[in-house]
Amino acid sequence: MNLLEHFIILPIVAPLIGAALTLVTADKWRRHITLSTVLLVAATSLGLLWASSTASDAQFGEAHVYRLGDWPAPFAIVLVSDRLSALMLALTSTLAVAALTFSFARWDHAGPRFHALFLLLMMGLNGAFLTGDVFNLFVFFEVLLAASYGLLLHGTGVPRVKAGVHYIAINLAASSLFLIGVAMIYGVTGTLNMADIATAIPNVPAENRALLEAGCALLGVAFLVKAGMWPLGFWLPPAYSAASAPAAAMFAIMTKLGVYVVLRLSMLMFGPEAEASAGFGGPWLLIGGVATILFGAVGAFATTSMSRIAGFCVLMSSGTLLAVIGAGAERALPGALFYLIASTLAASAFFLLIELINRARGTTAPAETEAVFDDEYRDPYDDDAQEVRFLIPATIGLLSGAFLLSTLLLAAMPPLPTFIGKFAIIAGLMPETGNAPFSTWVLIGALTFSSLATLLALTRIGIEVFWASTLSPPQMRAPEGAAIGALLTVCLLLTVFGGPATRYLAATAAWLHSPGDYIQAVRSTEPSIAPIAERER
Amino acid sequence: MEIVLAIGIGVLFASGVWLLLRPRTFQVIIGLSLIAYAVNLFIFAMGRLRIGAPPVLEKGVPVDPSQYADPLPQALVLTAIVISFAMTALFLVVLLAARGLTGTDHVEGAEPDA
Repeated sequence: MNLLEHFIILPIVAPLIGAALTLVTADKWRRHITLSTVLLVAATSLGLLWASSTASDAQFGEAHVYRLGDWPAPFAIVLVSDRLSALMLALTSTLAVAALTFSFARWDHAGPRFHALFLLLMMGLNGAFLTGDVFNLFVFFEVLLAASYGLLLHGTGVPRVKAGVHYIAINLAASSLFLIGVAMIYGVTGTLNMADIATAIPNVPAENRALLEAGCALLGVAFLVKAGMWPLGFWLPPAYSAASAPAAAMFAIMTKLGVYVVLRLSMLMFGPEAEASAGFGGPWLLIGGVATILFGAVGAFATTSMSRIAGFCVLMSSGTLLAVIGAGAERALPGALFYLIASTLAASAFFLLIELINRARGTTAPAETEAVFDDEYRDPYDDDAQEVRFLIPATIGLLSGAFLLSTLLLAAMPPLPTFIGKFAIIAGLMPETGNAPFSTWVLIGALTFSSLATLLALTRIGIEVFWASTLSPPQMRAPEGAAIGALLTVCLLLTVFGGPATRYLAATAAWLHSPGDYIQAVRSTEPSIAPIAERER
Repeated sequence: MEIVLAIGIGVLFASGVWLLLRPRTFQVIIGLSLIAYAVNLFIFAMGRLRIGAPPVLEKGVPVDPSQYADPLPQALVLTAIVISFAMTALFLVVLLAARGLTGTDHVEGAEPDA
């Protein structure tokens, strides 16, 4: 194993070490440690992305497999960095850099443990994207959830604590279902390694098949709670709208983690090779996804709070992805992945933007007079008063411009990347010859309707905020503007470099549709040191 | 033995679900704990129930796997116990904070109108 291969574990280990360091160092070092850790992880993720996009070398194949403790694959945990994981890692790091930069303006010193929680959230996300073992996936899920509970409460206040109680309760219940699902799969197949489970599934005897499918369904419910599928996603809009802006911007990727796991496991376990279980759960995902889109659209119409609309947009975006995965159209998958990236970036930018707009309207939540842990919390706005008020007159103009751009992004209007994604999905859903089945038409209708609903809901609130109310130019600090600008710029770059991105995603979809290669890559990696028994002989 | 364990898991889980749906936060946390116990027993049972079979191999002795209990679910249960314990503690702190801020232990943060 050469040194470069160890980079696969860096996105997990670096945030862990960074988080530990921020707990023991003085205040002034925390920002430096956190920023350098996040940048290090971002660089590593981009490196892994680059490595998988140029993966043609025979040494690794397309998946880079890292054996923890150098044990061979089915017996121990492996980390797998393939095209999909590397893509999700890069997306996470992009959001993390933006959210962290944004928080430097005021949020990061509103509470004492922000940096550690932020890094632990990142560690959990990266681990969940990289791991090739279902129980290890559970552990990383818990790491990121524990960190997200803390981040949701960051800044305290009654709405956050109330949303936190519901959010934690539903996630603890979902984690129990996760464990039951994992245990049932282990009971039937005798393994926890994803690749090994996939090989075991075709050979499961008929009398155990119902047990296996029940286990997979329970596991799926746990992920769909995270992805916010209707009717499991009612917790999402209140929780996301209560979170502080940088936390909400990071939470935008957490629903996509649920989608990622559903995609990864269904492609791996229920491909055509699974014989009797092939395509398991597809119709449920399709129906649930379409219902999620409709629920999100109705919710976005019904609410007048901007952050709740953002929450419903997140729901619609994950509904779109789940429905496309459920439809099982191979050619629609690249478009879905494109839409995943673009809609996550757009939602994240929108959550950050809402904070500034609310500040301009003067509707930011007033400081809590009775913080729970009084000595540790500060009002993130209390230093505004002492500061010399240097206001850029164009701030309102910039804000409305950014709002317009995010509206168009979330509503998937051309020529923005979300439109390209949706267009590619619809083009991929249509069969090459003959008529499309009824379900495809329903899905296409729902996709179109969600764009219309987002556009109407956001236009309505935009008119109300920018034209029908008086705005005082808010105090926008440089990091805040930079973070939003960077996220929107990445979205625009996705349009400009749509060609290379689409090619990468097409290769990713092809890779996902040939799970045999993934299984081969995991199972064929030999330990670099011979097993002890052989050495003793 | 299987039927006793199955009934035990079922009763624990059912009680947990019932408590989880109750309106007081303390009932919710006890419900979640009961569910966690049921889940831990369930994981353990998925390694097949054996009596008098050690899970740890002895060095230098020829190994017959049928004489041993499956060690993996036991390791998983240990992990799951630690995690659910930690999460319960964390949730308890949040519940106390909610009680302090809202002045009520109702899950909605406000007493329902009588």
